[in-house]
Amino acid sequence: MSPLEQLAKGLAAGKIRVVDLTETLSPEFPHISLPPEMGQAWPFRIEEVSHYDERGPAWYWNNFSCGEHTGTHFDAPVHWISGKDLPNNATDSIPPERFIGPAFVVDCSTQAAADPDFLLTKDFLVRWEKRHGRIAPRSWVLMRTDWSRRSSDAEAYQNYDETGQHTPGPDTDAVKFLVEERDILGFGTESIGTDAGQAYHLRPPYPCHYYMHGAGRYGLQCLTNLDKLPATGAVIVAAPLKIRNGSGSPLRVLALVEEK
Amino acid sequence: MLERPKRKNPVLRTRLPTLPPAARSRIALGLTAAAALGRFELQQCRACGSVQYPPREACRKCLSTQLAWRAQPRGGELLSETVLHHSNDLFFRERLPWRLGLVRLDCGPTVVAHLHERVPAAPSRVNVDVKLDRAGQAVMVALPSEENANMAEDRQLREFTCDPRFRKVLVTDGKSLLGQSLVHAFAKAQAELIWVGYAEPWKKFAGFAELKALPQVTLLPLDVTDSKNVREVAGEIGGKVDILVNNAELHRTYGIANRPGIDTARAEMDVNYFGLLRLAQEFGPPMRSRGADGLASAVAWVNVLSIYALANFPAHGTFSASKAAACSLAQCLRAEMRPAGVRVIDVFPGPIDDEWNQLLPPPKLAPATLAAAVVKALQEGVEDLYPGDVAQEWLARWRDNPKALEREMSA
Repeated sequence: MSPLEQLAKGLAAGKIRVVDLTETLSPEFPHISLPPEMGQAWPFRIEEVSHYDERGPAWYWNNFSCGEHTGTHFDAPVHWISGKDLPNNATDSIPPERFIGPAFVVDCSTQAAADPDFLLTKDFLVRWEKRHGRIAPRSWVLMRTDWSRRSSDAEAYQNYDETGQHTPGPDTDAVKFLVEERDILGFGTESIGTDAGQAYHLRPPYPCHYYMHGAGRYGLQCLTNLDKLPATGAVIVAAPLKIRNGSGSPLRVLALVEEK
Repeated sequence: MLERPKRKNPVLRTRLPTLPPAARSRIALGLTAAAALGRFELQQCRACGSVQYPPREACRKCLSTQLAWRAQPRGGELLSETVLHHSNDLFFRERLPWRLGLVRLDCGPTVVAHLHERVPAAPSRVNVDVKLDRAGQAVMVALPSEENANMAEDRQLREFTCDPRFRKVLVTDGKSLLGQSLVHAFAKAQAELIWVGYAEPWKKFAGFAELKALPQVTLLPLDVTDSKNVREVAGEIGGKVDILVNNAELHRTYGIANRPGIDTARAEMDVNYFGLLRLAQEFGPPMRSRGADGLASAVAWVNVLSIYALANFPAHGTFSASKAAACSLAQCLRAEMRPAGVRVIDVFPGPIDDEWNQLLPPPKLAPATLAAAVVKALQEGVEDLYPGDVAQEWLARWRDNPKALEREMSA
């Protein structure tokens, strides 16, 4: 039996489970906020075109609008200034085989629950590898924080106070370690950015964007259901829309998980 | 004396709105145009100086056709009065008894006027005002010559005004300084309930706690760029809102050349123009259905526009354009709300003293001053409000010569 036949049969028999890592696109879902004088990403909005009515008697459909970085979304290298001149750096030019890859899920949920500003460090990753094995090249590293459990409460999800946003993310050394020493495909989080809420104050600001995209790697954010994934062994399918020179795109992120 | 209306029995039928007689000649609309601004103007002959009423084509004294609308003294003498106990007009039939009188104005003409309950029996001194009635047309109202605190409590006068007292108000944006001032002003004016919308609830704003502490205030997430959200909020409270104040606004300070792309301009249109359209589509129908819902009927819709709606201020050019679009849409809304007797009030402030006008030199309108002017416009029944000296000056210049103002704005 070929590997693809095995996959199809495994899916049909329920031996391979599909886990949806995607939040539902809706107007209520929190969107990224920048200082008001800057350009703003459009939040997700939807307007009915017709609903089996005088505007279209037998059909229902909507128009929707949103920025490239809305809801559960993919960041392409061209998104950041550090990745602007790389080859194949946009949603339409990234080789499609990069959209499928293994996932290593690093559970930081206890730490994030205790500290919303929790920063994932290189040391934390090295200790994690001692228990779960070395992170393989060309893999997604997904930072599980269970932050997605806040997604029905926009205020808790955004978690702003007078000093800005407080959400967990990686520190500079962790990002450099993953890119330079583990050659990963990309980094994924459950909060609004791949970087921590206070990452503006790190050096450089927004290190995950800076180094990950500077090395031609990708980002996934606003993921959910990471708690349903094993630490190792899942395969991620994450293909952004083929937007010409797109910097990112909302997308459906699926994980294939083998039933034990 | 106006008593707090009893709670509405929700199973009783809500009566359909009726309007007083609305037909006017084009010339008579001059009276309406003045009343819309809260001004008492009558035609005056340029040749012989005599004051005319009712409005006419030629002077009643010298037959000159050179008649001009001029502000007139409001004083007069009540000559006689009558109380209507019967009327074939549907509007007055539902509001009987109704007190009317003949007033000889100090400026000459004798007019038929609606009488405030505190006007003493004839002969007595009165102040005559021109008010817009529920049909949006000018009528004469005689008030007691001595101002007193109960002026707005007359049952008849309440038919010509939109007093927030005992009414339920929605302020669409509580995050702005103006929104917060409006809420405090409505609370002071004894509004029964005040719903306060706020967009992007995750972004905290100063003043939230103070609003929340007011007993008549309910805060609710409302984003006028989100059709679904507007529909849901209207579903929840639309059938109870008596006065809607749309102060949701996006204001950036760009013209065409100093901001690449259309994104900011589009965002301004989305809030300032489409936001009004979304609110009008969802709140318009329930408010129209309650135009005759007793003493606390649906009565007014207030749009906070901008003096820049009249003439573009190029330094804030895309903002000006969005407000001009909203001004045009407000005329459409006014036409659609009029059959229900719900007044659409447009507010044209000059620069407000807020962060987006940081670099404009004073005079700037304090949010609290503007809020007080909005409440006063509702109490007095004005339709177009130009609050403050800057707005008044612009209005005068615009009426005098719109082209000149255009040039002055771009200087």
